[in-house]
Amino acid sequence: MSKLNRRQFLKISGAATAGAAVLPATGGWFSSLFKEEPRPLLENEAVKVPTVCEVCFWNCAGWTYLDKEGKIRKIIGNETDPHSQGRLCPRGTGGLGMYYDDDRLKTPLIRETGKDGKQYFRKASWDEALDLVAAKMKEIDRKYGKESFALLFHGKTGPHFEHLFKAWGSQTMGEPAGAQCLITREAGFIATYGAGLASPEPTDIKNTDCLVLIGSHFGENMHNGHVQDISDLIDRGGTIITVDPRFSTMAGHSTKWLPIKPATDLALLLAWMNVIINEGLYDKEYVARYTYGFDLLKAHVQKYTPEWAEGVTTIPAGDIYETARMMGGAAPRVVVHPGRHTAWYGDDTQRSRAIAILNALLGSWGRKGGFYFPEKVHLPQEPHPPFPKPKWTWKDISRGKHKMAIMGITNEIIDHALPEYDGPYKVKAFFIAATNPIQSIPPEEKSKRALQNAEFVVVVDTMPAEITGYADVVLPEATYLERLDHIRNAHHRIPNLALRYPAVKPKYETKPGWWIAREIGLRLGLKDFYEWEDFEEVLDWQLRQVGSSIEEMKRIGVKHFPRKTPMYIDDYDEPYWFNTNTGKIELYSTDFAEWGYDPMPVYKPHPETPPGMLRLIYGRVPMHTFGRTLNNPNLFELRKDPELWVNPKVARIYGIENGQMIWLKNHKGKVSSFPVKVRVTERIRHDSVFLPHGFGNKGRIFVDGKVWEMSRAYGRGIADSEMISDVYIDPETGGTGMRSNFVQILTENPHQQKNNAS
Amino acid sequence: MRYAMALDTKKCVGCGDCVVACQTENNVPLGYSRDWITEVVKGQYPDVFLHFESQRCNHCEDTPCVRTCPTGASHVIEGGIVKVTHDECIGCGACIEACPYDARYFHPDGYVDKCTFCDHRVADGLDPACVSVCPTKCMYFGDLDDPDSEISQLLRTREHYTLLPEAGTAPQIYYLK
Amino acid sequence: MEERILATARDIEGLYPHVHIWGWPIATYLFLGGLAAGILLFATLYYLNGKENDMPFTVKIAPVFTFFFVAFGSLLLIYDLHHKPYFWRLFTAFRIESPMSWGAWTLASVSILSLLWPLSFVDSIEDYLHRRGWKRMDAITRWIIRMEHRWAPLRWLIMFFRRYRKLFAYLLLFLSIILGIYTGILLSAFNAHPLWNNSILGPLFLTSGVSTGSAFVMWLSNNKKERRLMSIIDMSLIAVELFFIIHMIMGMQAGPEAYKEAARLFLGGQFTVWFWVIFVGFGLVLPFLLEVFEVRGFHVHPAVPALLVLVGGFIFRIIMVYAGQMSEYPFL
Repeated sequence: MSKLNRRQFLKISGAATAGAAVLPATGGWFSSLFKEEPRPLLENEAVKVPTVCEVCFWNCAGWTYLDKEGKIRKIIGNETDPHSQGRLCPRGTGGLGMYYDDDRLKTPLIRETGKDGKQYFRKASWDEALDLVAAKMKEIDRKYGKESFALLFHGKTGPHFEHLFKAWGSQTMGEPAGAQCLITREAGFIATYGAGLASPEPTDIKNTDCLVLIGSHFGENMHNGHVQDISDLIDRGGTIITVDPRFSTMAGHSTKWLPIKPATDLALLLAWMNVIINEGLYDKEYVARYTYGFDLLKAHVQKYTPEWAEGVTTIPAGDIYETARMMGGAAPRVVVHPGRHTAWYGDDTQRSRAIAILNALLGSWGRKGGFYFPEKVHLPQEPHPPFPKPKWTWKDISRGKHKMAIMGITNEIIDHALPEYDGPYKVKAFFIAATNPIQSIPPEEKSKRALQNAEFVVVVDTMPAEITGYADVVLPEATYLERLDHIRNAHHRIPNLALRYPAVKPKYETKPGWWIAREIGLRLGLKDFYEWEDFEEVLDWQLRQVGSSIEEMKRIGVKHFPRKTPMYIDDYDEPYWFNTNTGKIELYSTDFAEWGYDPMPVYKPHPETPPGMLRLIYGRVPMHTFGRTLNNPNLFELRKDPELWVNPKVARIYGIENGQMIWLKNHKGKVSSFPVKVRVTERIRHDSVFLPHGFGNKGRIFVDGKVWEMSRAYGRGIADSEMISDVYIDPETGGTGMRSNFVQILTENPHQQKNNAS
Repeated sequence: MRYAMALDTKKCVGCGDCVVACQTENNVPLGYSRDWITEVVKGQYPDVFLHFESQRCNHCEDTPCVRTCPTGASHVIEGGIVKVTHDECIGCGACIEACPYDARYFHPDGYVDKCTFCDHRVADGLDPACVSVCPTKCMYFGDLDDPDSEISQLLRTREHYTLLPEAGTAPQIYYLK
Repeated sequence: MEERILATARDIEGLYPHVHIWGWPIATYLFLGGLAAGILLFATLYYLNGKENDMPFTVKIAPVFTFFFVAFGSLLLIYDLHHKPYFWRLFTAFRIESPMSWGAWTLASVSILSLLWPLSFVDSIEDYLHRRGWKRMDAITRWIIRMEHRWAPLRWLIMFFRRYRKLFAYLLLFLSIILGIYTGILLSAFNAHPLWNNSILGPLFLTSGVSTGSAFVMWLSNNKKERRLMSIIDMSLIAVELFFIIHMIMGMQAGPEAYKEAARLFLGGQFTVWFWVIFVGFGLVLPFLLEVFEVRGFHVHPAVPALLVLVGGFIFRIIMVYAGQMSEYPFL
């Protein structure tokens, strides 16, 4: 059969173009006769559109490759992007699966109650849905004030709705990326250096000789730039010290692995300070010149000897001395990595303070091979009238209790939405953009109660998740490959801007976040804040202020700008001034002393594992970020199920085998919804189990009588967040420590037992 | 010309980027993969050893797959790359049985599919897709006949091993220790 | 403890936990090929020895079946292909190193010749069938004879074949040996599967195939002399088979770890009972003993040992196809 005939056949049958990367395996030998064989897209045939990845917060810049038919074929890193250095991680490479996912939210949905009292969603037009949202926002305003409408958000979708809410008059907002992730770390570093770390963390791994990872799991998280830099460090033969109760991927690549007893990090950090100070391994000149409170710290850490720490951490004192000397020997070219998801045990600001102090002792802050001073582009915001001043904001909710609540504390916003809350700052409605508080803000019971108690809930998302079921209105957002968002202006070695430009038109009836926000804004009479029709106009205006344009950015994707300040502290002509009370690095925090927090980190024990239970450690697999990525067909293919790591000794005691499906019951008696597959492995301690994050999706909605769900991800494994019943609140920030939860292994299906009994 | 690949097990973190990059580059249908990652764990806590091996067709010097192919669909091209011509393949499975590495599989359309070392990219002077995306830069592709190529130099200076040398196929994917 | 696990999912059918892409069709095909080879071997050998009238069933009747065995086997092979529309590619190339290619060509030639061979005897076959009272088959042969008279090309073909029958007999003898060996070589060519990858497997399959051929004659012939002769031949073939089996397993035991592992499938592994009790016990030793009794003059119905050998031979191929795919080098 000639080629011509095959094409005709395709045309006649109207069959989908063969050979899409995400076409499901249709197969059948008959069809193969008539199918044109898929051909790789050659470099010179590709149409390339710049993008900024949204599969995680690293926001790597890349190119979306389209074929001549305008179909997305692949995504490749942008060579000039400092975040990706031309190489995306598996999630970025597989990001196109988000676009092709059939389970996406496709049309606006409105909650209805049927005659039988059962609730379901019905498909609605954009006008109807947006009118309803605007009307409800006005109603909440009339009844309780705009401030009672809270915004929870994540990622690049967030800023569009932040703008909307600020313009409207509510600043009751927060993102789980704060209190459930890195706020404690930011607070710890701000208290020490007067500066946070933000993203990407300005660690100079490129030039370091010694990298210390404590609660950092590169290779399992794919924080792209750092993973690449660490790989180069391995090539250079640099030292890597990994502290982890698990034999993590990085532990496997480390010079030295310290298998620590969970929840005792601070003891090790203090003991390291003890050795570094007492053996004179610290950078004396640097400490004298830039720090405040050294003598106080020296006295403070005397009791934290390695011998003492051995008893707490189970790490031999000899190893503590040895690793402290390794760091001291490499100083100042040392990075004690601050980590990112620092929601550990409820004293996490102090834990991060200890990491910050340790870096200060080693003289690594602002030094080559330590931490560089990052710089970003000064990109003016588009002009608009001043935002109205709300009667109260997230600050009023949290700042009274937590002086270092530098971002909206999501869990406290949730607290203020509970029926039992009886204060002045009541939250009565939620606008939730691109986050799934059921999984992202444990314990889920509390988030669920808050949502049940809310009078109105709007959800903007690309995928159905647990949260979708709590919405009154669901607004389907276009994926990052189909939309324009704010210019990525992250600080880095080189100031740079990156553009996310839509590679294709939004699929189904989805719309970009900026469009949704603007349409609501117009309906609320906020025309003054939306003096443009297309968000591209805003970006173009902004870019022109710094000598670029949308046209140029579409061509290059990433633009570099010259630095205006030195990258390292030694290159400053005048003495460097830190943004703290003393103008110095505060080993002793004067703010904390004033506010009644420990001015220097004090080791406090955390809940011990109850007898017969195991500590639940959660983390990541490199191919997934969170619940939203699990259903991505390409990433699902890489990892479909989580595995619960169990030490062989524990497995023997429980009588469980590798590959067996088990259920978990936590220390509060809560039983997991689904089972999970056991992996018996020497990579985990006997007192803990490990579960990767984000799995165990149980979101399911009914749309016009049909079940709508993430069909691939639904019910696969146990959601770690489901087993987190207790969160320990960090006093300085209000962040949630989530690592003191304990589980038991159940080999029989507990749900079946219940059914039998009843 | 003798193309080969070297993978640095000291650097690989087993993220699977090579797998998904291959999928999008070569239109590998969902549910199938030309490359994959094996995790190797040895020892007893806390004396544990771990590394990852990104695996694929070994483009062997001695090719049982090509030998057993009844139609000539499986063949070797310039540089020792083993390929399958899809419309010569009858899908008998002989080559799948012959391969000790599980590198070949039935494409849902019936023919046998496998890694091509991205010969369409190599022809343009590019690295295979898996090599070009790897965030740890743990993969090296090149010509063993050229003593100055990076891979030749690496194999001269670093200890390495191949998979199943006992199967006698002279595999051309090298793992650096 | 040691782990070797897949860190990226790879749920491709037929690859894990061990390759499993060939099943009963291939095993049946191997069995039928071996059986056909055995039948044709005896037919051509005895024909060339001038025994065509002493052993009419062996030389003339049994080969009638081979065409159907071979044709059915070939259909199974095509049924088992995953890219069926392209099966004709088998015949646009001859790959000297590929047993599959050898097989395709041998099967094609054998099926043509095994159709022509009985055609050339069509008159005496008709006579034989008539005498045995196999009416339906007799009707078909009568129809063929009628066609031969009416249709010149068929007549010429048969005449041509009769004239050069001796030459064709040599050719068919050669092809039947190739076919018999091929069924064993097909598997032993795969060194990825240690159980298959030994030099005994070819001769073993050939012997087993010839044995099933003799059993087939023994079962269906009504000539006492013919049956007795086949019985004696079969006994010696079984003895040779047993020798090969022991030899093969000892060879594997002496080999590297992967080969020891392969032998373990039969020595305590999951195929132990199937192999030793069902195949060796009921498919070789029992018929051997029954044949000894028969030769010694005890009355045993010849169909019993014959069917045991045939069923045993089939089970042997099933076992080898399934167990062989399980025998692999350690998981990567």
